[in-house]
Amino acid sequence: MHSFGYRANALLSFAITILALMCAIASLSDNFTSPSPSSHVQVLNINWFRNKPDGDDEVSMTMNISADLQSLFTWNTKQVFVFLAAEYETPQNSLNQVSLWDGIIPAKEHAKFYIHTTNKYRFVDQGSNLRGRDFNMTLHWHVMPKTGKMFADKIVMTGFRLPQSYR
Amino acid sequence: MDWQGQKVAEQLMQIMLVVFAIAAFITGYIVGSFELMMYVYAGGVVLTILTTIPNWPFFNRHPLKWLDPSEVEKHPKPQVTSSVSKKKTAKK
Repeated sequence: MHSFGYRANALLSFAITILALMCAIASLSDNFTSPSPSSHVQVLNINWFRNKPDGDDEVSMTMNISADLQSLFTWNTKQVFVFLAAEYETPQNSLNQVSLWDGIIPAKEHAKFYIHTTNKYRFVDQGSNLRGRDFNMTLHWHVMPKTGKMFADKIVMTGFRLPQSYR
Repeated sequence: MDWQGQKVAEQLMQIMLVVFAIAAFITGYIVGSFELMMYVYAGGVVLTILTTIPNWPFFNRHPLKWLDPSEVEKHPKPQVTSSVSKKKTAKK
């Protein structure tokens, strides 16, 4: 500690090590929260349902998506990425997941939302297995922290079915 | 700084940083603002820099004792002899 440079170096190294420890503890403190999110999806209308020339089925629908994800936000949350996926089983694949809509929630105030939209991304099958198909609408979210580990979870909503014939 | 001052500076630096880190974390957690924690800690680091890095007088309360001048005079430095000029005249 016998010169400016020596003291400055020691101080800054120690300060940054402590900063790393503070961020680790802040990230661990997130484990003490117990979130209680909720969501509801309603399919209002099947706009069209066809078999594409290349052989795959495609469907377009209008939906109401509402959710309350406010309890997911802590002091260490930067944003929440949320997406809605249609999940179903076909003879070919045991699980198909098609993302229909996604969004980024930057703050707690915007985490309670209700939107009326058509699917943002195309609902296309691998093949033509969608007629009369039962499917689940699953709302997935990824909580992105300011420091630390990102964790993901979902809510499964069952009871949706596609029409028996093309429109 | 003297030796005692250096030790005090090091201890003061470590204690101040840890105390500010704990205070910053607690206030940030209670208020629920990550930014507040960062600002309080940054302020603490700046305060610690201002307190421990410059050479303040209170770090020099036990100054080093250099030798007295009388001790130095008893052991004089050896003188350089003027043999260079003699060699030049002989060659001529």
